[in-house]
Amino acid sequence: MRYLLRRAGFYLVALWAAVTFTFILPRLMPGNPALAYLAKIHAQNVTTAQYNAMLQEFGVNPNVPIWKQYFDYLSALLHGQLGLSISQFPSSVSSILSQSLPWTIGLVGVAVILSFLIGTLIGMLVAWKRGSWYDTAFPPILTFFSAVPYFWMALALIYVFGVNLNWFPTDSGYDVFNVTPGWNSDFILSVAQHAILPVLTLVIGSLAGWVLTMRNTMITTLSEDYVLMAQAKGLPERRVMVNYAARNAILPSITSFSISLGLVVSGSLLTEIVFNYPGIGFALYNAVQGDDYPLVEGCFLVIAIAVLSANFLSELVYTFLDPRVRQGRS
Amino acid sequence: MQLTNIPDQQIDTATILDSAKGRGGRIFRVLTSNPKIAFGLGVVALFVLVALAAPLLTPYNPDASVVRGSLPPSSAHILGTTGLGQDMFAQIVYGARVSLVIGFCAAIGSTMLQIFFGLTSAYLGGIVDDVLSLIINVFLVLPGLPLAIVLASLASNADSANKNEFVIALVLLFTSWSYGARVLRAQTLSLKEREFVAAARATGETTLRIIFTEILPNEIALVASTFIGTFVYAVGAEVALEFLGLGDTSHASWGVILYWAQNNTALISGKWWQFVPAGLCVAVLCAGLAFINFGIDELANPRLRVERPQRRRALSGKKKAVAR
Repeated sequence: MRYLLRRAGFYLVALWAAVTFTFILPRLMPGNPALAYLAKIHAQNVTTAQYNAMLQEFGVNPNVPIWKQYFDYLSALLHGQLGLSISQFPSSVSSILSQSLPWTIGLVGVAVILSFLIGTLIGMLVAWKRGSWYDTAFPPILTFFSAVPYFWMALALIYVFGVNLNWFPTDSGYDVFNVTPGWNSDFILSVAQHAILPVLTLVIGSLAGWVLTMRNTMITTLSEDYVLMAQAKGLPERRVMVNYAARNAILPSITSFSISLGLVVSGSLLTEIVFNYPGIGFALYNAVQGDDYPLVEGCFLVIAIAVLSANFLSELVYTFLDPRVRQGRS
Repeated sequence: MQLTNIPDQQIDTATILDSAKGRGGRIFRVLTSNPKIAFGLGVVALFVLVALAAPLLTPYNPDASVVRGSLPPSSAHILGTTGLGQDMFAQIVYGARVSLVIGFCAAIGSTMLQIFFGLTSAYLGGIVDDVLSLIINVFLVLPGLPLAIVLASLASNADSANKNEFVIALVLLFTSWSYGARVLRAQTLSLKEREFVAAARATGETTLRIIFTEILPNEIALVASTFIGTFVYAVGAEVALEFLGLGDTSHASWGVILYWAQNNTALISGKWWQFVPAGLCVAVLCAGLAFINFGIDELANPRLRVERPQRRRALSGKKKAVAR
């Protein structure tokens, strides 16, 4: 329990750091969001009073002391207010983000679970059949695939399966013209169809990490005495492989979950951009293209919060699975 | 964004150097004796040579329009031309310079930060360690590429002259150092308990000297491996940032080629030559670097090596003899 509280404390510190970054960084740079907005709408004849009102609205009024700006910023965040978007002006950043977040969570969630399951399974089989042709062939091929940039893999898949073969749709999260969003079968089917290529991109890109982690730890557990013992007892091969060797090798995969999650989230940003998938990555891309500070920061904050909470969750699972961590003996 | 494969376990530099028997060119022998390292080094060397010899390989200026419109590959333009009529092969070859230099600079700077944070926090211990490892861990859990995108877009918003390679390299440096720092810290924690460090302390060497001339040389294999891992991240992230249009889009580099290919909808119109070569180059270069790290991993952890039954029997026989 004390251990978990300490970890929770750490994640709060990390969250605070992320929030403080998004506060400090734009203020370190020359220029300010009000000027950026005026440049964006090609405004002329702006009075000083109007300009000052805008500085106030964006929370960068130089007459307000910096610590007061900081506390105003924190309290606005706690109330879920992330300011107004510049590129889509009247709409608030939080409303844009709440529309795009479910798409990203769905995409990343499905991709991570699939690639964890498939990758761990392949890693197990490859380690079990050490030295066979697929043990020599799989790791180098997967290394090559993992070195392919996510967005380029997305482009290649679109080119082959979307443009040339025309099997899957390549644009947007669902068929915008023919189905209405909601809990109807047409919409769900359309969403699934549109998700196939993006999910495939992410799975191919992140598979190698799982395979190699699993293979390397499994090779270590295979030389343990209890595996030899299990074989000596004459247990069926499958049981030795799954219940004795793989079960004990899976723990490091869960530890590396946090790092690989960060990588998949980064990959998903780029994948969404290529597929025009209406998630956070696409919102971030539009924000960057439109010089939209508040939206850029909002996207970063949401991504940081999502990654931090997923990491905390994976640590909870880890504590549950490994009694050594629970009792502080590790 | 990509598999950086920095090994989790510790790498003992002395063991690796001992694994190559005989005198003379020991480091060279270590590097070439492992097929994975040799292959990876070959790939990287090839790219470096191509980048250096760019003017010899192509007569075209990468940024100049030489024909009208985008042409498919032909004998005059072996990889075709871009929408602006620039020669694609020239863009790829000159673009390699940008990607390699940015990746290299970011990785060097990042490795220095890693050494500073990892070694000082582990060696000094106490409150310094608490503070530094908190910073390391916070950076570790914050998602790197989104932070890089935010930084790069803020920098280019502030001043469009900031859209250059230097800013990108700085951004990558800033977002890539944490993992390596943690790995180095872990190894320093175990190294600082060894006798040679105690001996150095007893002879009154300064802390700085102990850290940098006693401990650091003993971790050089691990430093090399984190350097390569960071290099892979930097090359991939650099291409990604440029693909988003956050780099200097007027000069050819691999990311910029892909940026224009995407903007000119090369994909839908079937102009594969505008995006296939650049992506393949990134993939091959990063895979080559990753192979070097797998090789270092194998040298450090003999269990991962491909088993050769005969040699193994001989070794275990030797062990028994020693035990007796």
